[in-house]
Amino acid sequence: MSMRSAFASLRIPAPSSAKRGRVGVGAALALLCALPVGAADLTVKVQIPSLNVAEYHRPYIAVWIENEDQSIAKHLAVWYQTDPKKEDGTQWLKDLRQWWRRGGREATMPIDGVTGATRPVGEHTLKFAGNGKQLTGLKDGKYNLVVEAAREVGGRELLRVPFEWPGKQQHGTAQGKTELGTVTLDITP
Amino acid sequence: MKRTINLATLVLAAALPFAANAHKAWLLPSATVTTVDQWVTVDAAVSNDLFYFNHVPLRVDGLVITAPDGTEVKPENLATGKYRTTFDLHLTQNGTYRLANVNRGLFASYEENGQRKRWRGTAEKFATEVPANAAKLEVSESAGRVETFVTAGKPTELKPTGIGLELIPITHPNDLYAKEEAKFRFVLDGKPAANLELEIVAGGTRYRDHQEEIKVKTDANGEFAVTWPAPGMYWLETGLQDDKTSVKQAKQRRVSYVATFEVLQQ
Repeated sequence: MSMRSAFASLRIPAPSSAKRGRVGVGAALALLCALPVGAADLTVKVQIPSLNVAEYHRPYIAVWIENEDQSIAKHLAVWYQTDPKKEDGTQWLKDLRQWWRRGGREATMPIDGVTGATRPVGEHTLKFAGNGKQLTGLKDGKYNLVVEAAREVGGRELLRVPFEWPGKQQHGTAQGKTELGTVTLDITP
Repeated sequence: MKRTINLATLVLAAALPFAANAHKAWLLPSATVTTVDQWVTVDAAVSNDLFYFNHVPLRVDGLVITAPDGTEVKPENLATGKYRTTFDLHLTQNGTYRLANVNRGLFASYEENGQRKRWRGTAEKFATEVPANAAKLEVSESAGRVETFVTAGKPTELKPTGIGLELIPITHPNDLYAKEEAKFRFVLDGKPAANLELEIVAGGTRYRDHQEEIKVKTDANGEFAVTWPAPGMYWLETGLQDDKTSVKQAKQRRVSYVATFEVLQQ
């Protein structure tokens, strides 16, 4: 039983000052002053669709938080061919064109806590704690969650889900047509 | 008069890029945005259609490949065939490589003992190889550059040489996207080249009826902007004539510039 569901009934809907830690209520209240504003939690779900194609390779996928000027605020996940026994997978990262342009080309692979192996068909859930490694330092403001997928001998697709940080309880979705299924975003204060 | 025509022919043959005919010189890299330790292979040709090798190979005697750290690197597997020259380049450094075929030289025609002579070479050799008292001496000079850019990882700065026409990035040439505006500056011998007329043509001309060239002119600072209509490879050409020659016998200098750019989809 996770703390998340245990606290579901305790959620106070609107005020962004209502903080919830992964600790007891008393401790959470005590931490109120100490936690940075914006310590909401972010959950991202990415569906990789099953495709009826002759030659299938798992897609490369990048998930990041985009500033209003389209620069990268935070890298959340990059899945690529990391198997050292195969050819160097970093050579195809440029096919994640938007991610590459906005910051991927400046990153040194692998990125700790961000990069990982490609994932199979199905729904993949990513959870980021507001005070965790990826979201720490994310300033209050408007952002897009961006999910970009590129598949060898296949296509490319990019989806954006706007959100406000830290903001109130938020739920957003974007529906892919080819390389991605549904992408959902949930922010829990 | 006949000699003038022959000289003109000679000049055209030696430095095709600025020739006022349909032939287009170009370098076409297999990739422009890539990662370190990868290879690119480059086609070099003079053709009617962009970017199809269907006329003559581009002679790359003046090939200069400048690595991101400024050092000159050598191409590998250089070969010239019937229609194209090809070479490979190993991108061992992060950053932007400039691949340029630089064509600088003097063309002279004169009479010696009643016979017409033709000479082609550098300014340094001109004094020793062409008789000082040559009769009916006509000399012209050319400074041409056919280039392209390839970046491994993050784009880096490109340093001009200060000779001839050169493109100074305001928008990096390996950071071009369809529907976005790109800005560049042209310099002539390192100084802003104002009112320079440019022609930009998208590749794939074989499969359309018209060149659909984009005509642009540089402003007083030598700058121009272009909004790329669609993703693809693009060819840019410009040139001019002036009297800034390196030997006093040459009355005229022809300066030309060609670049190939890749424009990506956003």
